[in-house]
Amino acid sequence: MAVEVDTARAPDTPIWLDSRYRAIFFQLVLLVLVVGFGAYIFHNTYVNLERRGIASGFAFLGSTAGFDIIMHLVPYQASSSYGQALLVGLLNTLVVAAVGVVLATIVGFVMGVARLSRNWLIARLAAVYIEVIRNIPLLLQIIFWYLVLGKSTPSPRQSIDVGGAVFLNNRGLYMPAPVFQEGFWLTPVAFVVAVVASIFVYRWARARQMATGQQFPILWTSLGLIFGLPLLALLVTGVPFSLDFPKLQGFNFQGGMVLIPEFVSLAFALVVYTGAFIAENVRAGIMAVSHGQTEASYALGLRPGPTLRLVIIPQAMRVIIPPLTSQYLNLTKNSSLATAIAYPDLVAVFAGTVLNQTGQAVECIAITMAVYLTTSLTTSVFMNWFNTKMALKER
Amino acid sequence: MKKLSLIAAGVALTAIAAGGAQAQQTLEQVKKRGQVICGVSQSLPGFANPDAQGNWAGFDVEMCRAVSAAIFGDTKRVKFVPTTAKERFTALQSGEVDFLARNTTWTMSRDTQLGFDFVGVNFYDGQGFMVPKKLGVKSALELKGATVCTQTGTTTELNLADFFRSNKMDYKVVAFEKNDEVLAAYDSGRCDVFTTDRSGLAADRTKLKSPNDHVILPEVISKEPLGPLVRHGDANWGDIIRWSFFAMVNAEELGVTSKNVDEMKKSANPEIKRMLGIEGDFGKMIGLDNNWAYNIIKLVGNYGESYERNVGEKTPIGLSRGVNALWTKGGLQYAPPIR
Amino acid sequence: MTTALDAGQKADLPPPAATVGVIGWLRENLFSSWFNALLTLFALWILYLSIPPLIQWALIDAIWTGSEAQDCKLPDGSRKEGACWIYIKAWIGGYAYGLYPYDLRWRVDLAAVLVIVMFAPLAIKRLPYKTVYGVAVILLYPVVAYMMFSGFVEFPPGAPEASTHPWRVVPTDKWGGLALTLLIASVGIIASLPLGILLALGRRSAMPIVSTFSVLFIELWRGVPLITVLFMSSVMLPLFLPEGVNFDKLLRALIGVTLFSAAYMAEVVRGGLQAIPKGQYEAAQALGLNYAKMMALIVLPQALRYVIPSIVNTFIGLFKDTTLVAIIGMFDLLGAIQLGNADPKWLGFAIEGYAFAALLYFVFCFSMSRYSLRLERKLHTGHKKT
Repeated sequence: MAVEVDTARAPDTPIWLDSRYRAIFFQLVLLVLVVGFGAYIFHNTYVNLERRGIASGFAFLGSTAGFDIIMHLVPYQASSSYGQALLVGLLNTLVVAAVGVVLATIVGFVMGVARLSRNWLIARLAAVYIEVIRNIPLLLQIIFWYLVLGKSTPSPRQSIDVGGAVFLNNRGLYMPAPVFQEGFWLTPVAFVVAVVASIFVYRWARARQMATGQQFPILWTSLGLIFGLPLLALLVTGVPFSLDFPKLQGFNFQGGMVLIPEFVSLAFALVVYTGAFIAENVRAGIMAVSHGQTEASYALGLRPGPTLRLVIIPQAMRVIIPPLTSQYLNLTKNSSLATAIAYPDLVAVFAGTVLNQTGQAVECIAITMAVYLTTSLTTSVFMNWFNTKMALKER
Repeated sequence: MKKLSLIAAGVALTAIAAGGAQAQQTLEQVKKRGQVICGVSQSLPGFANPDAQGNWAGFDVEMCRAVSAAIFGDTKRVKFVPTTAKERFTALQSGEVDFLARNTTWTMSRDTQLGFDFVGVNFYDGQGFMVPKKLGVKSALELKGATVCTQTGTTTELNLADFFRSNKMDYKVVAFEKNDEVLAAYDSGRCDVFTTDRSGLAADRTKLKSPNDHVILPEVISKEPLGPLVRHGDANWGDIIRWSFFAMVNAEELGVTSKNVDEMKKSANPEIKRMLGIEGDFGKMIGLDNNWAYNIIKLVGNYGESYERNVGEKTPIGLSRGVNALWTKGGLQYAPPIR
Repeated sequence: MTTALDAGQKADLPPPAATVGVIGWLRENLFSSWFNALLTLFALWILYLSIPPLIQWALIDAIWTGSEAQDCKLPDGSRKEGACWIYIKAWIGGYAYGLYPYDLRWRVDLAAVLVIVMFAPLAIKRLPYKTVYGVAVILLYPVVAYMMFSGFVEFPPGAPEASTHPWRVVPTDKWGGLALTLLIASVGIIASLPLGILLALGRRSAMPIVSTFSVLFIELWRGVPLITVLFMSSVMLPLFLPEGVNFDKLLRALIGVTLFSAAYMAEVVRGGLQAIPKGQYEAAQALGLNYAKMMALIVLPQALRYVIPSIVNTFIGLFKDTTLVAIIGMFDLLGAIQLGNADPKWLGFAIEGYAFAALLYFVFCFSMSRYSLRLERKLHTGHKKT
């Protein structure tokens, strides 16, 4: 909404005093300045690149990268292209952001509720956590946790051994990796079927409750479906997978899955930091729900647990979601601090290594920024949609 | 508001005008400024390292001082700009520094694609590996499955991948942004191996908690000719850096040192006479004073002196001359004659 | 709460001992239900796990006296259990001033003293011309501080006085430590507020081109991480300029930080503008005020007052974000701490360094956030439903 200055003036006003013409003139000047400035920068960059003989364009994305990356979710090796390195970095960013968002939400809600707990000790502890974490720079926290993790874990030969299958050392957390064999496809299919079925059961049970007031154990049914069906599929197909256990070989463990310390400390710091901010948002959201709602709910005979779950949280969500969106975006953007501890995220791999190896600063930074912008805008759009869905439907 | 935009336009125009005037030769700029701006490593003992008072010392730093001596007859007219591996090329491309005297490997792509000219090789280096002694590793070929710490965006990172690929060994690489971070990670046991140029390994070993618990493996897995570089397109400026360096090497070959240079002025050797500006107009040829080489030798010293003072066997870095000996002594250092 | 009174009862009995005093408080607040009791025990367990070892490490076992790394080490070279605070003592000057020339540190101190002296009169409630003085100080102080940091006597390179003169120029790459952190933060704060206001006004402007540009600018900066902005300013900005024209590295970082934080500031200010009822605009127009006067005299004073707490929060964010310049190789407080951690003489005490940095940042940010809370209460701008 913009406030329009009333522009009607006496007909004898000279043209330079007429605010309508002034507005047009001013905008033209601004347009010329901005476009001119852009053209000036573009021209300079072009001249500079030309004169210094720096290559430009995006052809480099196809050429061989020649370096390795410690963590890659898609196949990648030194003979892969810069384009594939970009993909690896992007996926690493998305993974740490996704893990971070889920865990930070949980931590944030738990701590936000704990902050308002009637238990004095719990409320204090939560308050101390929130205040301390929010007031220390994230970069410092990331570096600190990385250092602490490195100091508190033993070398590979003295690994902490959990049942001969899981090992923890200063190279990471090693776990057995499943190796799938023929016939395994049925299990994920069964999982999807179970999820879809649960949604239908939920809808049906809700409709029935609305119509007749009869309740249906939705939680247990869905849990049973989601765990039981894949398990059944697994047994029917004869357990078609084996576990690849990590083994100590030479310098380190080979095989299995590994969570590298860079990932763990980055994710941990992001979760702890963002969780504190989310906790504050949750607290504000809950405080925004008037106390009368709680009292009314108690009067209806609901216990504190259901009151929180059925009455307070749904209303508080409307207040919580908009700031929650920006926390998610912040977390995603903050994951770029990975570059300080050698976690190969988008910025470290692409705006770092690739930029250095190719020297094409303009292209690399532009691509990196474009990726973050796209991620941010997509998240905003999704959360706006979710927000409208959650918004109070006034009748 | 209109006034503001007029001012802005004016500023933009002035900037354009200034830009035109700036496109002059580097030497003139340096003389006008009264200072040569030299890009160096951030902190690499023996090569470029500031002490607590901020005074720079090291082998690369003396290259900068030599250029300052050649131009101004004074070694103090240098501004040292510490650059990270990432910033160094942009700093040179953009004119932030006049030249880079920094552990930078001469490669074809850097020489052509990035728009630089390497002027010579003041240190022949090669990439090596350092491991803790307690691992009992004797050769780089035993490193199968090891975790390697390195600095991102360097040729080191690429050579490392090549080495393991060509020997069909798998490995894990942890690549950090800054050298100090690589070192801290290696020291804390995050990696089994630390890799960089062998000169860097020797320098960095002095920065570990207990340097004697670590050993540099014998393999040299790459050619790393390190040398100063300038922007492409100003041939005269490149000549000045190139011949300042060659003057130091020639001086060593001819036995001229900072101590005996004044006596050597009386030498009958025509090569020395030409170098020290007694005969011929060689300084003028590169736009300098005929005393240029004399000043370098007098104020900085010859190549061998600089080497021994900063990285030689008597220093904590402890590098023998090896391939960096003069060609007359079985090494690779060979400067074209001044004539 | 516990008993209902019968109609014929004579006198109130004193409340049961279990509902008043310490026991009552404990029952009410910690053990009101079995779940609550469980939570309490859990909290106590957490405290037991964290607090005693922390005190042991930071206070009891800590090494307070001595001057060398050897004092923190056992004879076999491994480090002692407790915190080695003498490392902090040895490096405190480095943390405060970074690589700033040792003999000139008094200039930074002087700048710090001046900021107190110059801003102190503003604390007086009934100072005549307080606004004028405030604006003058805010405009003047940066100039003074710059003179202190940078010095103003330039010598031809090589002159003997170039390393002794008390007012010689100190190039910006020597600035560092806490002084640099405060400098970047305050420049960012002072420069981003007006820019943010302009952008917010631009975004709400009726002129389509102006508002489009503002929206684009704001969303672009808000959509990307600060670290890419800093990378851009350190590696790309030089390519944008004509050959030979160069910005100082610090200035480039400052521009990056300011533009970034201006975009966030713009959104905060916009929130304030939106909260001003339309009637205020209409009344201002009815009085015949033009756009500039309407904004400067009527709308902005109200809007800004409304969002002061959010502005302070943005400042806290900016203050924490200044640590990122350490990644592009500048020695702010965090950079100076890392410099100290890499000091060959003091290897292995990084935890102490970072803990100290965390404490410093916490003190600064926490006091700012308390201040913002106080302002919020004072200005009654809290809009919580009660």
